[in-house]
Amino acid sequence: MKILCTVKRVTDYEAKIRLKSDGSDIETDGVNMIMNPFDEIGVEEALKIKESKGGEVVVMSIGSDDSIQQIRSAMAMGADRGILVRAEADMDSNTIAKIIGKVVTEESPDLVLMGKQAIDGDSNQAAQMLAENLGWGQATYAYKVKIEGEEATVTREADGGLETIAVKLPAVITTDLRLNEPRYASLPGIMKAKRKPLATKTLDELGVTPTNYVVMKGLEEPPAKAAGQILPDIATLVEKLKSEAKVL
Amino acid sequence: MTKHLIIAEVQDGKLHNSTLTTLGAASKIEGPITALIMGASSNEAATVLKDYAAKTIFVNSSALNDRLAQPYAKVIAEVATQEGATHVWHGATVAGKDIMPRVAARLDAGMASDIQEVIDGSTFKRPMWAGNIIGTVEVTSPIKVITVRPTEFDKAVGGVGGELVEANIDAGDSSMRFVSFDAVKSDRPALGDARVVISGGRGLKGPEGFKEIVEPLADKLSAAIGASRAVCDAGWVPNDWQVGQTGKVVAPELYIAVGLSGAIQHVAGMKGSKCIVAINTDEEAPIFQVADYGIVADAFKAVPELLEKI
Ligand SMILES: Cc1cc2nc3c(=O)[nH]c(=O)nc-3n(C[C@H](O)[C@H](O)[C@H](O)COP(=O)(O)OP(=O)(O)OC[C@H]3O[C@@H](n4cnc5c(N)ncnc54)[C@H](O)[C@@H]3O)c2cc1C
Ligand SMILES: Nc1ncnc2c1ncn2[C@@H]1O[C@H](COP(=O)(O)O)[C@@H](O)[C@H]1O
Repeated sequence: MKILCTVKRVTDYEAKIRLKSDGSDIETDGVNMIMNPFDEIGVEEALKIKESKGGEVVVMSIGSDDSIQQIRSAMAMGADRGILVRAEADMDSNTIAKIIGKVVTEESPDLVLMGKQAIDGDSNQAAQMLAENLGWGQATYAYKVKIEGEEATVTREADGGLETIAVKLPAVITTDLRLNEPRYASLPGIMKAKRKPLATKTLDELGVTPTNYVVMKGLEEPPAKAAGQILPDIATLVEKLKSEAKVL
Repeated sequence: MTKHLIIAEVQDGKLHNSTLTTLGAASKIEGPITALIMGASSNEAATVLKDYAAKTIFVNSSALNDRLAQPYAKVIAEVATQEGATHVWHGATVAGKDIMPRVAARLDAGMASDIQEVIDGSTFKRPMWAGNIIGTVEVTSPIKVITVRPTEFDKAVGGVGGELVEANIDAGDSSMRFVSFDAVKSDRPALGDARVVISGGRGLKGPEGFKEIVEPLADKLSAAIGASRAVCDAGWVPNDWQVGQTGKVVAPELYIAVGLSGAIQHVAGMKGSKCIVAINTDEEAPIFQVADYGIVADAFKAVPELLEKI
């Protein structure tokens, strides 16, 4: 079984994100960069499937050379090889999905595992767009994945409960938080990752022209909330909820 | 010329509230509104919906009873094309997030996810980085696909009394098959609709904390119960209760956060609440920065006292 995982380089989820003083972009000075947590869960799931069924795990990222760090992290966890698609500018999800689609055509994986959303843009789009472009089925927000023969049975985190669906392979699956607990890379794993194959491609080589259907016009910080009050006791709280906030 | 197509969501045979707030968002951009509703058990919801749109298209097909993204996207895209829709809308619910990017890909359209404000016919504001940053995005493609954050817009008023037409559209071949649904049963109001939400975190020590501390207060206030990711992951409460960046977004009149620290990912899902109360033993907990009223106390003492005094 061949599995393609996508990994995006994003700001650390623990970082406090602010704008640069000129407001042009977010301040990344001193902000740690990580693999999108949902993608890490995807890599873990791929490795688990490989451990039980055999096969290969390929990871790809789209971005600048900096993203090699995230590809190497995935390879240190155990992925077999990496692909960096070099692209500098901001890209909309349509473009990201097209790029991944080209790599899928080259690699013919049985399964593509992606994160449900990138925690920087919070778009939650690329995987579904990819599945539609390929004419494949999808199982988003996976809580449990079982591969049997030509089908994946996936339990999904839906509104109001857990939904189980079956999808024919090849398919696109996106991960939710509770699918698994990603492993830590071991020291030998990290050493090995340095020697694992890493291919680099450009948009020209893949034949993708960015669409720019979604253009970022500006960023702002949300208005700060007025400071709240620390109250001495419950009696005061009940009084305030009744007479000041008028919510009781 | 602008032409809206609103995709309705039906849950247990009823029109979902997010459809009404989505209609509310769409009405900010001038143009006729057509609504689309699907599935053989949606009759009743369709008759409700026609009061909100000049035209309601009902695809009464049992192939669309389960909300599978692949057949749904095909039918939605076909209707959008037939109707000459320029704006295709859905609530940013789990279903909307699942289906609509496929619709966008099929229509070769750009998509704005989870919008919280309409600036003009092609420009929208949406939260990014867990709500730390608000981005303004312009969708430049002729057709625009939009999902709407359910908490940020008023519900449409209705009273339109539009026409209801049935349409027959082939759901196509699908590689997806519904297997089962394990519903979280609850007599409480839905998290997204409740006037009061009480959320618990790891400070409640275990599932008993929810049963003994949160539930009695929720009963008294007819509140929905929410939770932090940490306690959902730990299996204390259903996943469906998670509030936050990657869980549900809520904006009740009163949000009471008990024993949760207020991580940015959690706050992203509740900071729109009208009044926020935090109960936490640690006065440094970040939840106090978004709370209107804070109580620095042990939840196991403070909550029963609150129950008694309310
Ligand atoms: C990609 C990603 C997405 C995430 N998405 C979400 C999300 O959508 N929603 C979400 O909630 N989290 C999310 N998280 C997790 C988030 O970062 C926090 O880890 C989580 O919210 C913490 O849960 P908590 O507040 O219950 O636990 P803790 O942070 O451990 O806080 C427990 C709190 O309880 C207090 N406490 C302890 N004992 C008592 C007592 N007796 N009485 C009163 N207070 C007490 C403590 O002082 C502490 O503040 C996400 C994380 C990542 C990486
Ligand atoms: N630049 C990128 N490089 C690699 N994968 C990406 C990139 N952008 C998005 N993805 C993948 O698409 C998923 C969904 O992202 P998004 O639709 O942007 O929220 C992410 O979890 C990644 O797996």
